[in-house]
Amino acid sequence: MKRILKGNGQNGLAPKTKGTRAAFETGMNLLFFLCGAVAVLFVLFISIYLIVSGLPAIREIGLAEFLFGDTWKSTGKEPQFGILPFILTSVYGTAGAIVVGVPIGFLTAVFLSKLAGPRVAAIIRTAVELLSGIPSVVYGLIGMTVLVPAIRTAFHLASGATLLAAIVVLAIMVLPYIISVSETALSAVPKEYEEASLALGATEIETYFRVSVPAASSGIAASVVLGVGRAIGEAMAVMMVAGNVANMPSLLQSVRFLTTAVASEMSYSSGLQRQALFSIALVLFLFIMLINAALAVLLKKGKKS
Amino acid sequence: MQEAILTARGLDLYYGENQALKKIDMEIPERRVTALIGPSGCGKSTFLKTLNRMNDLVPNVRIEGTVEYRGQNIYQPRLDVTWLRRHVGMVFQKPNPFPMSIYDNIAYGPRTHGIRGRKQLDEIVERSLRGAAIWEEVRDRLKKPALSLSGGQQQRICIARALAVEPDVLLMDEATSALDPISTSKIEDLIAELKKQYTIVIVTHNMQQAVRISDKCAFFLMGQLIEFGDTTQLFSMPQDKRTEEYITGRFG
Ligand SMILES: Nc1ncnc2c1ncn2[C@@H]1O[C@H](COP(=O)(O)OP(=O)(O)OP(=O)(O)O)[C@@H](O)[C@H]1O
Ligand SMILES: [Mg+2]
Repeated sequence: MKRILKGNGQNGLAPKTKGTRAAFETGMNLLFFLCGAVAVLFVLFISIYLIVSGLPAIREIGLAEFLFGDTWKSTGKEPQFGILPFILTSVYGTAGAIVVGVPIGFLTAVFLSKLAGPRVAAIIRTAVELLSGIPSVVYGLIGMTVLVPAIRTAFHLASGATLLAAIVVLAIMVLPYIISVSETALSAVPKEYEEASLALGATEIETYFRVSVPAASSGIAASVVLGVGRAIGEAMAVMMVAGNVANMPSLLQSVRFLTTAVASEMSYSSGLQRQALFSIALVLFLFIMLINAALAVLLKKGKKS
Repeated sequence: MQEAILTARGLDLYYGENQALKKIDMEIPERRVTALIGPSGCGKSTFLKTLNRMNDLVPNVRIEGTVEYRGQNIYQPRLDVTWLRRHVGMVFQKPNPFPMSIYDNIAYGPRTHGIRGRKQLDEIVERSLRGAAIWEEVRDRLKKPALSLSGGQQQRICIARALAVEPDVLLMDEATSALDPISTSKIEDLIAELKKQYTIVIVTHNMQQAVRISDKCAFFLMGQLIEFGDTTQLFSMPQDKRTEEYITGRFG
């Protein structure tokens, strides 16, 4: 400290200035660190909170009974807390959204990165961006007023609010993620690979599917995992179009997802019912963590190659 | 004179407004090595790419005049470009094996052209790798990624990959410029071997290399073909002043 002060004196600067500047630097560093720490703290807090509040109900109900029980009657005289219907609905709903959304999203990404002219690509890209910006309540609203009645008439049902409706809405919602992440991966494939393939007499389409897509495979896989994460965490839109009944899932029946199970009973729940809702949230949280871990692994793999 | 396999007639090429080739007339003889030399930016790569229509990939490119491959104008609208490229193969400046195994790299072309049988593919892979003088080095690790090889090995994999579709002509754009002297001399030996079966057109900045391996040599300058003739002749008694200045290193 002394030496610094001396140095300042020789530079003709007031020593005090440097001192406050150094203090300012330290202060700012601390501020940055604290801001960074906030994110970590929140994650830790949420994890611990969920574990602490989610475990008691599981302990009381029994893990197997809770996870594999096929009946949810939280308000009955003899309440039953089996969340298998929710788990399976979330899994089927997500799988359905992926089965519908991935092929469309993937082909769009190939089209955008390799085949479309710049103007067409710009239009589609803008549309995709807008799609990702639409709030989920709007998806729910339109699904409710357009899709649900359409399904009702098409399949002659009493109500069109079904797993199918949820799958269609989720598929549209994951589309922008699939498209943009896959397109980024495909555009990053070195042109040299494609040139080599064309120079061997392969057609453009052959080249894209046999060279570009395999070279971008980890990025494309990451886009799918991202889509899974989005779909499994979505609550509002599916609540509005899926009917929200705790049935075992079936395509043309009303169903309830893990997310909507928590959301729909929380406001009036109490006692074990309330604790069980926390347990559901914990299960959902674990699913999401698993998916994020998979995503991290895939992205890392993509960077390496 | 040996029969011409590729003939350019009055070939003009424009990148947008910019004319990169001016009225090129050239007859490339069969089963000979033809070298294209000239200072940077004179149009060597551009000319080479007109021979298998890799220029099609460049937007805003316009071509006038004709190139004939075995008597057929390759710029006629109805021509199947994949057919052309299958017969007129190309090796690039930077080794560019696919991110796949060595085996799959070599088998890529044959598979594209409909060969599926395991045994047949095995044969083609071995023959092509032997043809590119790299079989002994990789025979034990055909399933390994081609990108795990050295640069010189990768370039020979690329040559093998090009040979696997049994082309007629092989175009090589500075195929040794990214390689060390040992790899370079291996590939030069290879070219000398390959010309027994194939017609080879190379672009090179290395005069000694042109003298060592080519039979015919073409000197380009600012999009024009200044001089074209037997390599020995062109280097010992250049007809044009500009050729002489270039090969004696006075410019370029
Ligand atoms: N894709 C392209 N678009 C526009 N202009 C191009 C393109 N490729 C080449 N050119 C131009 O055409 C001219 C000839 O380029 P070319 O690459 O054929 O030269 P070259 O003789 O191969 O040079 P080098 O020895 O540096 O490889 C140059 O003026 C270059 O700027
Ligand atoms: Mg060049």
